[in-house]
Amino acid sequence: MAESVPSGDNTLLRETVSLREIGWFERFLGPENYRIVTGLLKTPASIMGFILIGLFILIAIAAPVIIPPVTPNDPYKMPRDGFSPNPQPPGSEWRRNVPPVPFWYEPVMGTDKWTHILGTSTGQYDIFYGIVWGTRTAFRTGFVVVLTTFLIGIIVGSVSAYYGGVVDNIIMRIVDIFLTLPFILAALILAAVITPRFGKSLYPAIIALITFGWMGYARIIRGDILSIKERDYIMAARVIGVRDSRILFRHIIPNAIFPTLVLASLAIGDVVLSFAALSFLGIGTELGYADWGQVLSFARNWITSLNTYWYIIVWPGLTLVLFVMGWNLVGDALRDVLDPRMRGKT
Amino acid sequence: MTTYIIRRLLMVPVLLFGVTVLIFGMLQFLTPIQRSALYIRSEPKTDKAVEGVIRQYGLDKPLYVQYWNWLVGVVDNNGERKGGILFGDFGYSRVASQPVADLIRTRFPNTLDLTLWAVAPVILVGIWLGVQAAVHQNGIIDQAARVFSIVGTSFPTFVFGLLVLMIFYANLQWFPPGRLSDWANRVVLSDEFTRYTSLLTFDALLNGRFDIFLDALRHMFLPILTLSYINWATFLRVTRSSMLETLRMEYVTTARAKGLPERDVIFKHARPNAMIPVITLAGFQVVGLLGGVVITETVFTYPGIGQAAATAAAQLDVVTVLGFALFNGFILIVANLAVDVLYAFVDPRVRLS
Repeated sequence: MAESVPSGDNTLLRETVSLREIGWFERFLGPENYRIVTGLLKTPASIMGFILIGLFILIAIAAPVIIPPVTPNDPYKMPRDGFSPNPQPPGSEWRRNVPPVPFWYEPVMGTDKWTHILGTSTGQYDIFYGIVWGTRTAFRTGFVVVLTTFLIGIIVGSVSAYYGGVVDNIIMRIVDIFLTLPFILAALILAAVITPRFGKSLYPAIIALITFGWMGYARIIRGDILSIKERDYIMAARVIGVRDSRILFRHIIPNAIFPTLVLASLAIGDVVLSFAALSFLGIGTELGYADWGQVLSFARNWITSLNTYWYIIVWPGLTLVLFVMGWNLVGDALRDVLDPRMRGKT
Repeated sequence: MTTYIIRRLLMVPVLLFGVTVLIFGMLQFLTPIQRSALYIRSEPKTDKAVEGVIRQYGLDKPLYVQYWNWLVGVVDNNGERKGGILFGDFGYSRVASQPVADLIRTRFPNTLDLTLWAVAPVILVGIWLGVQAAVHQNGIIDQAARVFSIVGTSFPTFVFGLLVLMIFYANLQWFPPGRLSDWANRVVLSDEFTRYTSLLTFDALLNGRFDIFLDALRHMFLPILTLSYINWATFLRVTRSSMLETLRMEYVTTARAKGLPERDVIFKHARPNAMIPVITLAGFQVVGLLGGVVITETVFTYPGIGQAAATAAAQLDVVTVLGFALFNGFILIVANLAVDVLYAFVDPRVRLS
C-alpha cells in the first residue's frame, strides 16, 4: 500500500495513525459505497432480511421441482381441481389436473398422491401452486418495474440536475404533477385505462406501476448529483475541456448512482406489494394466473365464512408479508446507514 | 412569509393544469365511443345516437379542441351545457347508471366521515408511540416499537384487513363490514331522519339517535383500525428520530442542568420542537388518508369514493374512474396547499424568512 501513504516526511503521522489496510473491494466501490455495503452486512436485522430474500429466490428458481406444472407450456396457469366455489381444506385429495409427483414428495409426505398441501381456494385453484409459482411472478414484475423506474429516474434526475435552471424547474414541476395523485389510485386508473389495449395480463399493471413509480429516484439522484457537481474534480474536468456528456456519464453519474441503486433494488418488496394490491382490486392478470394478489382476491367472496376457510387468506397473506418484510428489513438497515447523522457510528 | 404563500399559491394553477392534462392524456386511450360517456346523462339507445354524440361534442376534433371542450363543456341544441369538468360535470357512470358527479356526491361524505374518525387515533397514538420510543431509547418500548414498525410496514393493507375481518367478524362477530346494519339503514332512509351534514355519525347525533351513531361506529371500527395500523409505523419512525435529535440539543441539556424535572424537559421543552416535522407529516398523512382509502374501503365494502373507484376500475368503466381521479386530484391540491400554508404559521423558521 505504498502509494496510499502521503509523500513528504510523515514519520510522525505514521507513528500515531495506524494505516488501515484497504482491500480490493473497498477500492473498487470507493469508501462511501463500501461503508453502505458493510453496514448492511453487519446489521442482524438486514441479515435476517437477506435470508428471507434468499429463501424466496430459491423457491422461485426451484418452482418446477417443488411443484411441476400441469400444463408445461403455460406453467403460470394455476391447475384447477374441479369448479366448485367452496374452498377445500389443506390436505384434501387432489383429483383432477394432478401435477407430476416430484422426487422430494414421497420421502417428505409419505405418499405418492398429491394432496392440496395448503388447500384450495374458490374455483378449486390450488393455493400451494399459486404461492410457489406466484413467487416467480413476483420477482419478474418486481425486477422489470424496478429496473425501468430506476433507469427513467436516473435519466430524468441527472438531466434535471446537470442543466439546472429552467430545465430543472420544468422537470421538477412535472415530477410534482405525477406525485399529486395517490400512488395506488393513479396506478389503478392507468391500469384500468390501458387494460382494453393489452387484454388482461401482467402488462397493464406493470406499465401503471412504472409510470407512477420513477419520481422518487429522479429526486434522489438529482440531489446527489447537485452535491457532486460542486466537487473539485468536476471543476478540473471542466477546466481541461471535457465534453458535457462525458462529464455527466463518466464523472458524475458513476459517483452519484450507488445510493439510488441500492434503494431501487430494495424497492422490489414495495413494487410486489403494489402489484398484489392491484391484482387484489381486480386489475391485473387474467383469472387463474399464479399471482399472490389474485390468490388473495379469491377470499373477497368468502368474508363471512373466513372462520371456516381461514387458509385461503392466511397462507398467501403470510407469504406476501414475509416477502415484503425481507426487503423492508434490509431497507430499514439501509436507511440507518445512509442517514448522515449516523455516519461514523457503524 | 407572504412571498412564500404567494409562491405556493402560484403553484396551484400549474398543478391543476398538469393534473388535468395527465388525466386527459389517459382519456386518449379510449375510443371516441367510450369517451362519449363524458357528455351524456343517460345510456344512449342506438349506435346512431352514439355517432350523433361523437359529432355533436367534437370527439373527432383535434386534441386541443377536445381538451377545451372537456374543461368547459359543450352547449347543445337546447342551450344546455353538457360536460365540463370545471363545472363539476364528470360524465356518466356506466356501472352506477348515474352521473359520476352524483355518485361522488353520495359517496364522498362516507369517506370524509371515515377519515375524520381515523385522524385522531392515527396521529395521537402514532406520536405517543414515537415519543415513548425516543425517551426510552433502546429500552423495551423502543425495541418493541421498532419490531412493530417493520412488521407494520410489511403488512399489505388488504392482508391486514382480511385478517382482522377473519378474527373480529367471521370468528367473533363483533365488528361487521359495510356501513350500517339493516335496521339502522331503514331508519336513516326514512323521513324521520334528517340528513343535516350527510356525515352519518354527526347526523345520527344531531337526530338524537345514539343507537345509530354506535352502529355506524361499529361498522367503521375495523377500517379505522386498519388505517391506523398502516400509518402508525410512519408516524412512529418520524416522531422518534425527530425527538431523539431534539433531545441532543444544547437547550435540553441546559434545561436539565438547571434542575427541571425530566417530565418538563421532555414534554415542555423537547416535544414541541420535535413536532415540527411531525406536523408536516401529519398534514400529508391526513390528505393521503382522504385519497388512499381505496384498498381499505374495498376490503371492508365501505361505500366511500375509494370503493366506488375500485369497483369502476375492475369493470373497466374508465370515465367514472377518471372522474374520481379528477375529484381526488382537486381535493389533494387544495389540501396540500392548506397544509403548506399552515406549516408556514407553525414553523417560525418559515414564518420569519
